[in-house]
Amino acid sequence: MNQIKVVHYLNQFFAQIGGEEKANIPPEIKEGPIGPGMAFQAAFGSDAKIVATIFCGDSYFNENAEASIAAILEMIQAQKPDLVICGPAFNAGRYGVACGAVASAVKEKLGIPTITGMYAENPGVDLYKTSAYIVPTKDSAVGMRDAVAAMVPLALKLARGLSIGSSAEEGYIPMGIRKNFFEAKRGSRRAVDMLLKKLAGEPFETEFPMPTFDRVTPSAAVADVSKAKIALVTSGGIVPKGNPDHIESSSASKYGKYDLDGVSDLTEATYETAHGGYDPVYANADADRVLPVDVLREFEQKGKIGSLSRYFYSTVGNGTAVASAKKYAQEISKELVADGITAVILTST
Amino acid sequence: MVKEIERAGIPVVHLCTVVPISLTVGANRIVPTVAIPHPLGNPAATPEEEKELRRKLLNKALEALSTPIEEQTVFE
Repeated sequence: MNQIKVVHYLNQFFAQIGGEEKANIPPEIKEGPIGPGMAFQAAFGSDAKIVATIFCGDSYFNENAEASIAAILEMIQAQKPDLVICGPAFNAGRYGVACGAVASAVKEKLGIPTITGMYAENPGVDLYKTSAYIVPTKDSAVGMRDAVAAMVPLALKLARGLSIGSSAEEGYIPMGIRKNFFEAKRGSRRAVDMLLKKLAGEPFETEFPMPTFDRVTPSAAVADVSKAKIALVTSGGIVPKGNPDHIESSSASKYGKYDLDGVSDLTEATYETAHGGYDPVYANADADRVLPVDVLREFEQKGKIGSLSRYFYSTVGNGTAVASAKKYAQEISKELVADGITAVILTST
Repeated sequence: MVKEIERAGIPVVHLCTVVPISLTVGANRIVPTVAIPHPLGNPAATPEEEKELRRKLLNKALEALSTPIEEQTVFE
């Protein structure tokens, strides 16, 4: 059979253009494989060839999603590939969203098979798992070799138009599709077998894992904002200059609580960001751009809000485990409740 | 984080740029912002214009907090 033509999608970082300072570049295309594309090419051998690599800045993509997708689709269409590989994105949130969006749009709009890879907690998984093949990966590029090894066989199968087995057999994240088939044993038999295993304390596998819908009912609206005590919380990593608690620039292991008593404006000399997942230039120059203390103080003086809480809470939401974020917020919530906070403004970058 | 704070019974408004992520995370009151590295600012504008932009977004945030909702709502 003919050699499979592949187009690869990467972000600015993996395409070796630059870090966060280049996260705002629009989509571009270059001939041949770049970076992780080399590993894919090596694994493909002569079965497939990466003819072009398209890359886009992560911030640019997420801030201009529709225009970016349109431009990328056009570039891909011109290449007439048999397969499009996106990422893998590991636990990079913006990159994961971009990979999922490209994989799902190419599959749907151009009818070309696609595959991407990312860490289970990447927000791109929840957004695109039903519309794209996503192979689970480790949370950082340390897992590149494993990701390539897991993605390549499925990628070749997809490109060849072979029938794809269940998510458990092929190693992709379940897409929520059910297929009817005949089991050798009838349902009552299987249920009793499962029950016996359970009673004997043996491992068993459910045929119907319950989906987890972790949703919280919206709280009641604030009755009178002019009496409200409002607290600021951010995942944008704003900290007093010097980052006294040493909050990590990614995978934060803690959050900080900082006193705003007497502070009416965050300046370049007094505050900065500890976040390593976005270009820090703008937040370092004026942290009010992420944590709007200046305007909330103004609102407080004008009586528009009751008061701004004395403390703000900050962590770095960059590859930070969901379990950690949950734990920090539970601890923060206890304090907010104890402080009689009426409402919270939470900012994210 | 938004979810845990809301679970504690405190209304939260999430100010963020990538609204699909906020929706998938489960924020209930969402106000879309300017850009990822400067959600509440615009370095290309004058400081006064920037402050005005921030006032507008925070007014929207207060409006979101004082609006009764039944489901996830994006306050454009």
